[in-house]
Amino acid sequence: MRRFAALLDRLAFTPSRNDKLRLIGDYLAEAPDPDRGWALAALTGELSLGRVTPARLREMVGARTDPVLFALSYDFVGDLAETIALIWPETGEEGDIPLGAAVTRLARLSRAEVPEAMAQMLDGLPTASRYALLKLATGGLRVGVSARLARTALAAYGNRPVEEITELWHGLEPPYAELFAWFAGGEKPVNAAEAPFRPVMLSTPIDAEGLAALPPEDYIAEWKWDGIRVQAVAEGLTRRLWSRTGEDISAAFPDLVAAMDFEGALDGELLVRRGEAVGSFADLQQRLNRKTVSRPLMARFPAMLRAYDLLTLRGEDLRPLPQTERRARLSEVLAGLEPTRFDLSTEVPFTSWDELATARDAPHESIVEGVMIKRRDTPYIAGRQRGPWFKWKRDPFLVDAILLYAQRGHGKRSGYYSDYTFGVWRGEEIVPVGKAYFGFTDEELRRIDRFVRDNTTERFGPVRAVRAELVLEIAFEGLNRSKRHKSGIAMRFPRVNRIRWDKPAAEADTLEALEALL
Amino acid sequence: MSLLLPRPEGLYCPEGDFFIDPVRPVPRALITHAHADHARAGHGAVLATRQTLDIMAIRYGEDFAGQRQAAEEPVSLGGVRVSFHPAGHVLGSAQILLERGGTRVVVSGDYTRTPNPACAPFEPVPCDLFITEATFGLPVFRHPDPAGEIGKLLASQAQFPERTHLVGAYALGKAQRLIMLLREAGYQRPIYLHGALERLCAYHAAEGVALGPLEPATVERGRGTFAGEIVLAPPSAFAAKWAQRFAEPLLCFASGWMQVRARARQRMTELPLVISDHCDWPALTRTIAETGAAEVWVTHGAEDALVHWCLGQGLAARPLRLVGYEDEAEET
Repeated sequence: MRRFAALLDRLAFTPSRNDKLRLIGDYLAEAPDPDRGWALAALTGELSLGRVTPARLREMVGARTDPVLFALSYDFVGDLAETIALIWPETGEEGDIPLGAAVTRLARLSRAEVPEAMAQMLDGLPTASRYALLKLATGGLRVGVSARLARTALAAYGNRPVEEITELWHGLEPPYAELFAWFAGGEKPVNAAEAPFRPVMLSTPIDAEGLAALPPEDYIAEWKWDGIRVQAVAEGLTRRLWSRTGEDISAAFPDLVAAMDFEGALDGELLVRRGEAVGSFADLQQRLNRKTVSRPLMARFPAMLRAYDLLTLRGEDLRPLPQTERRARLSEVLAGLEPTRFDLSTEVPFTSWDELATARDAPHESIVEGVMIKRRDTPYIAGRQRGPWFKWKRDPFLVDAILLYAQRGHGKRSGYYSDYTFGVWRGEEIVPVGKAYFGFTDEELRRIDRFVRDNTTERFGPVRAVRAELVLEIAFEGLNRSKRHKSGIAMRFPRVNRIRWDKPAAEADTLEALEALL
Repeated sequence: MSLLLPRPEGLYCPEGDFFIDPVRPVPRALITHAHADHARAGHGAVLATRQTLDIMAIRYGEDFAGQRQAAEEPVSLGGVRVSFHPAGHVLGSAQILLERGGTRVVVSGDYTRTPNPACAPFEPVPCDLFITEATFGLPVFRHPDPAGEIGKLLASQAQFPERTHLVGAYALGKAQRLIMLLREAGYQRPIYLHGALERLCAYHAAEGVALGPLEPATVERGRGTFAGEIVLAPPSAFAAKWAQRFAEPLLCFASGWMQVRARARQRMTELPLVISDHCDWPALTRTIAETGAAEVWVTHGAEDALVHWCLGQGLAARPLRLVGYEDEAEET
């Protein structure tokens, strides 16, 4: 438990993705079996121990501490599990319990037995391990690690492509003995999952210049939809909806899953309908990141899949077939499905790149963010290979905004003010409309940093307010209405496009100009 | 009449006509230790340990007070016998014992029970009234073995050799303590210092506190250097341009507050190190018991919790609520 607790402590304060990968990778290399397998399960969210309620925790600690001192401490610390880990009376003997032993013990207990067993284990552990155990027992580690990130670290440790791990993942059970045995030179585990996730084929960006070198007749084009990429797999009795990173999101979309009357694996864009039309990304967001969904919400924003590829059909793996052939088979499958739930991502006809450029600038639906360009003869290849699939996004929206606040970054940027909040005019005042922290060179960063330091008006911890003088040209992909922001709008994917040292703040854009884009 | 009274300037002894650690200039001050919130410039006369006087002179200039007197033997001030006793907090730190008739009052200043090789260890002084600090006066504060925390720093240095480990530490006490802990852990390489730490490190070395090779973290090497090194700086330097010279700084902060995650996050630290120059909760309660005091006054920190504990032990206790002492002084 100690080593795992130390890992959690480091992860909780490490912002950089690469550093997190290194911390997890080093842990996997050092920790013994089966502990590292259980740790992996905890980090990927596969471990659902969540068996101890806050009320039970309070009872446990209430029996062992002075209530006034506990209340004062909780008030100061702010987190229940952390307060308990810190205040728990120590027996003077600092022992350890292997992570695997703690997990299996917790999993075997009945609910009534849990508090007593927890208390016993807490008695034998040092502070950091107590915290780790409490977080495991209450569910939710909150160390800023996604399942995808943990699997990426695992893949690096095992020296295998992450796609290969992702494909196997859902057929494996913690503590993943066969996976670690495979890394050590044993047999590759057989994919035991029903309706498994297949690693997705990804595109690379391209522009008009890049396209000019390519023969247009070798490619087809489709609209690039502004939804989320999913894989709908119905095989045997099992139906699953997978996110592009291999998370099972079926439970949030029962309406779509119920309509999956096919035997195979479809690749496409998850969208929602709003009345007769396709809803906006903001509409789709209403249904994302949920564990379950209510009937009224399903009725208001019914989910649909706009399909663009077919990976398997009735047990046959179609991935080696050329793009155009898979597409033809896909059309046949879709013909037999409920059209409000499944339709085909239509082709954009073109004979020259100029013609495609014209089409790209005038899409018939607003939920388009550009075009996808796919080579006619390409098989379906997992991962992001440059060549077979390109994305040619619409030009971003641009707005001239004024720098209002700057915050220090992390790692290479920890000495620099690198995270910027910017605003636009609303009458005589400037309202914040977004934040951006990339899109500039190191040289530009140094210059903005100088500006921030020379023009600070107020400090709030790591944040500085600056004189409203510097205009940043911000590029962004779209706008949504937002109740959480003072300005009432939220930008998608904002970044600094140019720094307008030349432009007076008075000439920056207005909120009305932005609202016109909604 | 009470031997001591709380006044806006600080604790006042009417019979001796002096203040202890006053927060504004007074005619006569007794000073427990040289941290800036306890030791201010501009008093008429100052009585403190020789080392505290030396450090005040280094920080404020030789003319920091009208007169100064080093506390060696006990002295009598207006019929009150005054003596200084080690507090274990920083070099020169002392508790102050006041005696009159049969009554003994101890003002702890800041203190710790964890061994600190820079100074003499805290000795419990039997008394009737004990005036204790309570910086970490909540039972959630149990400082771990500092050697284990230094182990975390060295492990991180080995794991991230391309980054500069930039450790925030106050100039008086914490910086030298970290250096000594690193040396105890077998770390022999030069440790690099922000300019604000140099004078007090040199003073420690002159007082016989062995710190090993120290070098200035100068900018002459150019940008993006000091990869794999340990650099100490006052925490305020992290936000200054000074921090821009280092290769991917990994910000560490050494303080008792780092035990609480929310506090560590506020500091934007990547590696919190729980190393304190104050008592944790078990040490506070143990010390109160060891002094044998029947009455306890609790000053700066979590006063309510410690007062509650004292009352539970059958001791008279009150919070002083003196203004002007910081949690853990941001040294300049």
